[in-house]
This record gives sequence, structure tokens and C-alpha cells, in this order.
Amino acid sequence: MGIGDKHMFINALRHLFWVVPFAFIFSNVALADTEKNEMWPVLKEIYFENKTILTDADDWLILEAPTRAEDAATVPLTIESRRPQTAERYIKNIHIIIDDNPDPYSANFHLNPTMEHVDLTFRMRFQKYSTIRAIAEMNDGTLHMVSRFVKASGGCSAPVQKDPAAVKARMGKMQIRMREPEIGHEVPVQVLISHPNYNGLQFDQKTRGYFPAHYVKTMSVDYAGQSLFNVDMGISFSEDPSVHFTFKPEAAGMLKATIIDSKDITYTLDKTI
Amino acid sequence: MPYVTRRPVKLLVNCCLLMMLTTQITFADNDYVVTEAAEGIYFHQGINEDATKENKGEIANVGFIIGDDCIAVVDSGGSYLEGKSLLAAIRQKSDLPICYVINTHVHPDHVLGNAAFKDTKATFVGSAKLPDAMTAREDFYETKFKEILGSAYDHAEFIPPSQLVEVGESLTLDLGNRKLTLIAFPTAHTDHDLVVIDNNTKTLWTGDLLFVDRIPALDGSINGWLNAIAELNRMDFTTVIPGHGPVRHKDWKVALEKEKDYFMLIRQQIRAIISEMGTINQATDTVGLSEKNKWLMFDEYHKRNVTSAFTELEWE
Repeated sequence: MGIGDKHMFINALRHLFWVVPFAFIFSNVALADTEKNEMWPVLKEIYFENKTILTDADDWLILEAPTRAEDAATVPLTIESRRPQTAERYIKNIHIIIDDNPDPYSANFHLNPTMEHVDLTFRMRFQKYSTIRAIAEMNDGTLHMVSRFVKASGGCSAPVQKDPAAVKARMGKMQIRMREPEIGHEVPVQVLISHPNYNGLQFDQKTRGYFPAHYVKTMSVDYAGQSLFNVDMGISFSEDPSVHFTFKPEAAGMLKATIIDSKDITYTLDKTI
Repeated sequence: MPYVTRRPVKLLVNCCLLMMLTTQITFADNDYVVTEAAEGIYFHQGINEDATKENKGEIANVGFIIGDDCIAVVDSGGSYLEGKSLLAAIRQKSDLPICYVINTHVHPDHVLGNAAFKDTKATFVGSAKLPDAMTAREDFYETKFKEILGSAYDHAEFIPPSQLVEVGESLTLDLGNRKLTLIAFPTAHTDHDLVVIDNNTKTLWTGDLLFVDRIPALDGSINGWLNAIAELNRMDFTTVIPGHGPVRHKDWKVALEKEKDYFMLIRQQIRAIISEMGTINQATDTVGLSEKNKWLMFDEYHKRNVTSAFTELEWE
């Protein structure tokens, strides 16, 4: 399942969908911050068709999200599995969906047993209060969903760039940040890239048009030639996309991060352990 | 009596009330108080809350400066309704034309009253980066503040400035024997902060570069804001009107130092977490907690400040 290809369709659908509830939402503030799931049945149909999604994973699949989006442009999120990834049973994909974002399908992390402990932290924009869902697709095809509701931020916080000039100046700069690694020990790593992640919704005063969408599409991380994970990234990711993860280097090797954006520009960085 | 009402009838009612009561504790709903901070400079002090239907978005300090020939408005209010109240307050003081509406930055509590001044023929003035910031945010703010403010929002428009001040430069506006100096700062509270200086009275109108009592809200750059604080600290003023909180006179640098201390502390602690490979969550859980009792609305804005500073500082 690709990200973005269903974007137009969803937007059209969304317009239809909102016609009726629109009036209620804007006439009643009390509704504004309470959990709602109107979009979900539609989204489920689009992304998962008639497949069964179980909600039985709360004891082992942990989705950490703040109850309130402090900064709508940067909401830190963590998905952690308390079950180790093994050849017999592992999470193959984690789909991240933010119901009320312009493109709800926000990420698909492709995983395998090489990365034993799934503990992924990343940052996303929230256009408004919304439910966020992480759906783990196992190697046997079963689907397990956990969800959280994130309330809107207060005050003047908007999901826009704070300092576009600063991001433009360092565009494409990458970092692999990690503590001093030891062979045989789990080490936390952060891969980040400076990128404006234009979602196609930002208006350009000078051209009187929208900045064309230009965002990071995939991030792949390999160690010693083996994939740890790769992630298809949607436009929900914050500017300067960042992913934290942990892995255990079993022998010396090279950690390599490859990032491709929507203009098919490739950025790479590596670190030898 | 340093207040102005929007309607003469209300003024009468209040006079009657004043006669009946020795102290007047509350004003009627649509009373809008402006205070003279220095000769010819009036401001309405916003309350320390987030915008609601009840407070009509009147949460920031907004006001006006009267010259011999005309008037400049500094920030127009947090709703169309506040813009109208401000206009009425101006008309209680002077019939001179309003030549300028100066917007110190894009945040809704400072610009949502702009449309109330459309018919005055005033020139809208702001940082050269304000128009971009306005278009980037106006859809989001419109949706959100219609919801927050209800009918107080009605008729609000995002009106971009037509007279621009280039970042790092200044512009002089003459109100008639009264020259204002406007300075556009590099990214600090936002990426388009503008301050207004009245040279006659040595009054500085800081926009949101200075918060007094209420916790500052970071929506630009922590390093840039600390630079702006250092720059302001080198200047000499007798009166300072902050973006939020009470006016300051001789002791204004104490307030500026307090703001600086807050940012210095959280910057130092966030840098330590970044160098230890920590995450935003670790930072929002631990950074700056000793500042909690020093600021109003700490719980509403502090974590956001830490989040914003973190994503900036990890690129140092």
C-alpha cells in the first residue's frame, strides 16, 4: 500500500463526509476536544478493506502519545513492542494513521527479526485534535490496533514552520546520533534529516500558489548490509523528520541510513561500529 | 479615570454605578479599559488566559499612540470585536485620523482586530516576513479561532501589511511631532517580530519579545530570542509595554532578565539531554521545572517551549 496515492480520493471523500457534521462541530465547542471516530470506518475500509483488525494488543504493543499536542507542529510519538521479534513471530509492518490529518495514512514501518526490540520514536504534525492509531501487521497477516486520542494544542501553536529560512539553509543535512556503541549491547540511535517536509498545503505569498509537496518519502536503515527497518513516510511527519530506534550490533559493521524524498533526491549517511 | 467605554450610554451607567459604589470592582461586559502608559500612549492590558468566547480574545496588550497629526495603532486585538472596542477607545481620546495599524507579529491575539480598521484608510505595517507567516497560518487560525471565539470572530480578516520593515532594519513613522522607530528583528519569538519605539517618551512597545508575569511562548528560535533580549538590554527606555503583562518603567530590565534566565536555563538543560541522546519526551518531563512557580500559565506553554527549543538545538 503506497502513501499519497489515495490522497486525492480521501480528500474528495472527506469533503462529502464533513458536510453534515461540520455545522455541529463549529456550533459546539464542547465537542471540539472530545474523542470522535467518525473518520475511522471510512479509513478502515480504504486502507484495510474487509480485513479484521483486532484490538487485543494493549498489553504488549504500547503507543505513547501526549494527551495534548503541546506543539501542533511537533508531536512526539513512540511505538514499542514488549514482545521480541523472532523468526517465528514478528511484526512485519506498523501502519500509523492519524484520522483527522489531511492525509491520515502517516507511516508504514517495515520491520523484520533483525531488529529484535521494536522501539520507534518519531514526530508528527497534528492539524487538529485527532485519534492516532498504530496497527501492527504480523508475519502471519493478523492485524492488531492500539490507539490514543491527542487533544488540540492551545493558543497560537500551528502546524507550520517556525523558521523556514533556517530549515532551507540546512536542507539535506543528516545526522546519525548514538551513544558509544558496544558489540552485543543494545544501543539507541537517532536518524534525522533537515527537510522542510512541505505537505502541499503551505501557501506561497510570492507566487500566490501552494508550495508543491516536497517531503521525505522513505527512510531505510541497514546494519552490516542487513535491513533493520525502512519506513514509508507520509506528509504528517514534522519538518526535519527524525526516527529513534534501538538495535544490537552483533559484530562490527556499518550503520547506513538512506533517505529519499518526493523529488527522488537521495540522501545517505553512515557510521562504522 | 483611565478607562474608556464603547458606548456613551454605558459610560453614563458606569458613572451612576461609580456614584453608588465607593470602589468599582467589575466593569460591564463591553467596557474596554485603556491605560495611559506614557504621554499620548494608551494600551489595553490583556488578561492572562488563552482566548475564549468569554474574554473575546482580549489577552494581549494592544493600543495606540497619538501624535499631533495622526494616530498609530499597535496591534489590533484578539478578535474583530476587540478591534472594534479598541477603535471606540481611540475615538474617545481623539478624532485625528488613524494613519497606521502596526502588527508586531502574526499571532491571533495581536492581529484578529485588523479588519475593524479597514475603513480608516490606515496603512498596515509589519515585518517583511509577516505576509508569508500570515498566509502560512491563516487557514489554520481561521478554523481554530472561529471555534474558540464564536461570534466574536465574525468579520475578522487576515490583512497583511502593505508597508514592510526589512528584517534587521528600521523604519521611521511620523505622527506629527512624534517619530516612531520600528525595528524588525531576526527570528526570536517568531520569525517576524517587530518592536515600536516612541522617541518622544522613550517608550518601547516590545510585541511578544517581552512577557511579564505570563510565561513566554516560543514560536521562533530560542537562540534568536536570547540574541534579541541581549540587544534590547543595551537600549535605554523609561517605559516598556510588553506583549503580555503589566507595563514596566525604570525596572523594566528586571523583567527582561527574568525572561532571559528562563530561556538560558531551559537551553542549558535541553542541550545536556541532546548530548546524552535523550528524546523530546525526556526533555519535556524534566527541563525547567524549577521555573514553574515563577510564571503564570506555565502548564499551558512550558512543554511546548521545550519541544520547540529541542528541535532547534539538535541542529547546533
